[in-house]
Amino acid sequence: MEKMITYQIKGLVKEYPGFTLKIDDLTLYRGEIFCLLGPSGAGKTTLLRILNFLEEPTAGEVYYGGVKYTKENFNPPLEIMREITTVFQRPALLKESVWNNIIYPLKIRGQKVDREEVMAIVEELSIAQLLHRPCTTLSGGEAQRVALARALVFKPRVILLDEPTANLDPNNIRIIEDMMTKYMEKKPTVVWITHNHFQAKRVGDRICLLEEGRVVEINDKENFFTNPSQKRTREFLAGEMFY
Amino acid sequence: MSLLASLQEAIYLLVTRDPYVMDIIMVSLNVTGVALILSTLVGVPLGAFLGLTDFPGKPIVTALLYTGMGFPPVVIGLFTFLLLSSVGPLGHLGWLFSVKAMIMAQTIIAFPLVAGFTMAAVMAVDQNLIQQLKALGATRAQAAWAAIKEARIGVLVSIIAGFGGIISEVGAVMLVGGNIEGKTRVLTTAIVLETRKGNFGVAIVFGIILLAITFLANLAMLQLQERDLFAR
Ligand SMILES: Nc1ncnc2c1ncn2[C@@H]1O[C@H](COP(=O)(O)OP(=O)(O)O)[C@@H](O)[C@H]1O
Ligand SMILES: [Mg+2]
Repeated sequence: MEKMITYQIKGLVKEYPGFTLKIDDLTLYRGEIFCLLGPSGAGKTTLLRILNFLEEPTAGEVYYGGVKYTKENFNPPLEIMREITTVFQRPALLKESVWNNIIYPLKIRGQKVDREEVMAIVEELSIAQLLHRPCTTLSGGEAQRVALARALVFKPRVILLDEPTANLDPNNIRIIEDMMTKYMEKKPTVVWITHNHFQAKRVGDRICLLEEGRVVEINDKENFFTNPSQKRTREFLAGEMFY
Repeated sequence: MSLLASLQEAIYLLVTRDPYVMDIIMVSLNVTGVALILSTLVGVPLGAFLGLTDFPGKPIVTALLYTGMGFPPVVIGLFTFLLLSSVGPLGHLGWLFSVKAMIMAQTIIAFPLVAGFTMAAVMAVDQNLIQQLKALGATRAQAAWAAIKEARIGVLVSIIAGFGGIISEVGAVMLVGGNIEGKTRVLTTAIVLETRKGNFGVAIVFGIILLAITFLANLAMLQLQERDLFAR
């Protein structure tokens, strides 16, 4: 079957004082998990923010759903914005109950809460016992699972994950990975930033190494880890595997 | 009149619900209530907007707001007086020496307090959260509303500050209201007048009532806050 294109990036430039992200050509497909690896400060989060249209580029084009967005029109209509979501590295929850947080995206869309559907996600993430708890009382792992549940209840087509399992214990990591694997049945486009090569190996379809704002290599998982095309990738993997 | 007699009179006036006293209480509650609602309706959205949005000239608007927060109310009274006087730009409204004029002056006095404290409270809301809400599909207005709710304790404090500014006001309401018996006389202006006339008993009654209203109103608002604190 032909792969369906979600994003196409052409000549993207994002400049910050002392930092430039430059991505000449990048295509993201429906139904894939695209893992972003790279050292801190490589520009991974910046790319994610652009993909979510939260930050406009300095130059270049982002095609989403076949429509061209440049810095002149980098604010897609609401219904497009509402197909895309990000789970940030630090879970940002409302000071309300877990349940109210989870259904927030449905409420702002004026959608009816389908209890069964929400509960399926809640059960999968093992947070049913937390539903009435104020979010201020959650542990890091619990908060991140709530944040993921909230990101999935409205069935986004694009899910951008910014190191969602950083600093979490293996059990939490497993729950989150299992949830995403299950959600892949809906064929979303997922970009997943991780520092953990083993995680990239487990969940990724394609892997991208970003360094100092430049793409070093984009490859399918097997080749990326066993037979990378770039010497720099090999060095990166060797150096980081050490830890 | 001795102090004891004054106290006796105070109790008598309160117990018999003297119509003169009742009138003044009603005008006070009316002016305070309406002015506080208007200040909140203007101040909270303005404060939230300033707290969440960057635009050219924002430092100037913010500086103006802070000036408004510390501006002598009597000067605002003078300004309102000139606006509403028969030769002023709003003279045709015929509001001078009416409750409307007092509400107008009180709102101008109080809304910067509400806006300023709301702005500070909303600015303290995690920027990450606001980004996150947009990433969940919130419109700007929906994100702003969520930020106000996040900052609810600070917003409540802003309304309490506005209330404090309004209920304690004397000079401005005296100027634009005229302290007319049965029409624009409120508790604070009545205290000034009665003290000057030597009617200490009546003045004390008004003082006690003013204190009681302020205390009860703050107690009620704190109750809201308390409920919220327990809900965490
Ligand atoms: N809003 C911003 N203003 C200025 N510089 C920024 C901003 N956001 C990110 N940067 C800079 O851009 C670079 C890349 O940041 P980021 O995309 O967060 O990296 P990563 O997520 O890969 O660790 C860093 O040097 C960072 O300091
Ligand atoms: Mg990052």
